[in-house]
Amino acid sequence: MNWTATTLFIALFLFVTALGFFAAQWRKGDLDLLHEWGLGGRRFGTMVAWFLLGGDLYTAYTFIAVPALVFGAGALGFFAVPYTIVVYPILYVVFPRLWAVAHRHGYVTAADFVRGRFGNRWLALAVAMTGLLATMPYIALQLVGMEVVIGALGFQAEGFAADLPLIIAFVILAAFTYTSGLRAPAMIAVVKDVLVYITVIAAVVVVPMELGGYAKIFAAVPAAKLTLPAPPAGSLGSYSAYATLALGSACALFLYPHSITGVLSSSGAGVIRRNAAILPAYSFVLGLLALLGFMVLAMGVAQNPAYADGFRRYGSNYAIPALFLAAFPSWFVGVAFAAVAIGALVPAAIMSIASANTFTRNIWREFLNPACTDAQEAGVAKIVSLVVKVGALFFIIFLPQQYAIQLQLLGGVWIIQTAPAVMLGLFFRFFNGWALLAGWAAGIATGTWMAAMLNFKASVYPLHVLGITIPGYAALYSVLVNVVVAAALSVLLNALAPDRHRDVTTAADYG
Amino acid sequence: MRATTETNAGPNPPHPPGSPHRARPVRLLLLLPFIAMLAVPTFNFAEPALLGLPFFYWYQLLWILICSALVGVVYIVEGRSGRQ
Repeated sequence: MNWTATTLFIALFLFVTALGFFAAQWRKGDLDLLHEWGLGGRRFGTMVAWFLLGGDLYTAYTFIAVPALVFGAGALGFFAVPYTIVVYPILYVVFPRLWAVAHRHGYVTAADFVRGRFGNRWLALAVAMTGLLATMPYIALQLVGMEVVIGALGFQAEGFAADLPLIIAFVILAAFTYTSGLRAPAMIAVVKDVLVYITVIAAVVVVPMELGGYAKIFAAVPAAKLTLPAPPAGSLGSYSAYATLALGSACALFLYPHSITGVLSSSGAGVIRRNAAILPAYSFVLGLLALLGFMVLAMGVAQNPAYADGFRRYGSNYAIPALFLAAFPSWFVGVAFAAVAIGALVPAAIMSIASANTFTRNIWREFLNPACTDAQEAGVAKIVSLVVKVGALFFIIFLPQQYAIQLQLLGGVWIIQTAPAVMLGLFFRFFNGWALLAGWAAGIATGTWMAAMLNFKASVYPLHVLGITIPGYAALYSVLVNVVVAAALSVLLNALAPDRHRDVTTAADYG
Repeated sequence: MRATTETNAGPNPPHPPGSPHRARPVRLLLLLPFIAMLAVPTFNFAEPALLGLPFFYWYQLLWILICSALVGVVYIVEGRSGRQ
């Protein structure tokens, strides 16, 4: 057991716990209203939104998994960087419109908007269910990040005791989310992001100094991992895989319920536009973190017998914790691991709030209890946020970790199927609601089938077109099917049974 | 830290008549990051290295800054309000 690191880790964890409960008092609002509990009253300005979205999108799992992928797969793992570059022009152009129309009509979720725009409750249900299904495994994966660092602190136990730290952390998380709503992760995100910046900057300065500079680090990287392998004849190989992974992931990112919750909690469309320019600071940190994957290779950490047990238990996800243990003094290990664990709390809280908003608004209120009061609505959301977290905890404790990873991979393929209704819907009312639903179904089926063909182990599908193989991200291929089906059926349905009169929004609502 | 509050509680000013989202040429700048980042063969090289970082890595890291600057330029040109 690493006592210095553990003590600092626990101290920082207790500090953010206190902060989480205190957050209920911050910019006080009536937490019996869903938009107060679940969107922080739509009051977050540019700086708070920057911390909140940064903490929300760049999750602990990202910080563990991206360097792990670079460590394992080399240059291909660096697609996280172009992904988090092209996502910001999309954020700038598309999502201020969502904020504006949501503000005007009191929408709390993406499905709320779809319901109002297309007047089709079944399409809205499809969008809501997709969001819920995509988010659940994502919450579970945040726990993986936390589990790895708790394990790396040297906490060894068998059976129930082994899971105890994780259970305690999650009970704390559940409690402050219940009482404070979105204000809690917004406040904690500030601490998390500061810790992450400190850790990453220290790592990219200290480790190369110990290793003798970046040139030496990259000299130790095998050529096959240093750049993308040249495609074989008749295939676009890793080139198209790299580009489509970046583009598809970028199109999907802001469709996740937790991203939309972050966007809608801003105090204005200008806050979102400004953040599209300043959020790339986190992409830079992520890029530096990705490079740490190579430092793990160069340091030969994986060959060190001291870390053999960790790698055996957690696989390449242990790469970053092992690097920190090898390179940092133990007090700083405590800070770095706390950054990861707190980095899991923030997105897990926002994801559970976003799921709760979605279930409450688009399933419970829409289909089960349309006559509910606002206070009842907020009450249901708070309880659902607990249920979601318990579900994620059970998932991680009782099922193999591989399931969560595979489901999260599928989640990306599924969530992108809401893009035509949500993102294109913000600009055009050409699409028919039923056509969008058919397109969604076609996209889900195609994407799931592609993933099944890859045994749910990968998301790059080798598409054969005119004798050329174009390996590409299944999410991007399947959403193209979705758009084609939706567009073709819209032409037909707009002639036979137009539904444009059901649009409750006007062009001026989007500006 | 005093949080910036951009209160936008009241109804937005009415839109100028005409198209609700007419073409804004400055937004074409936002296509550049897509073109640069999706053209993978144009940057899949190890040389020239910068401070020991192979080209593949520092070039993409550099584009984070370029993209951020481009979004910033578009934001400034379009004005704080978002309505042009």
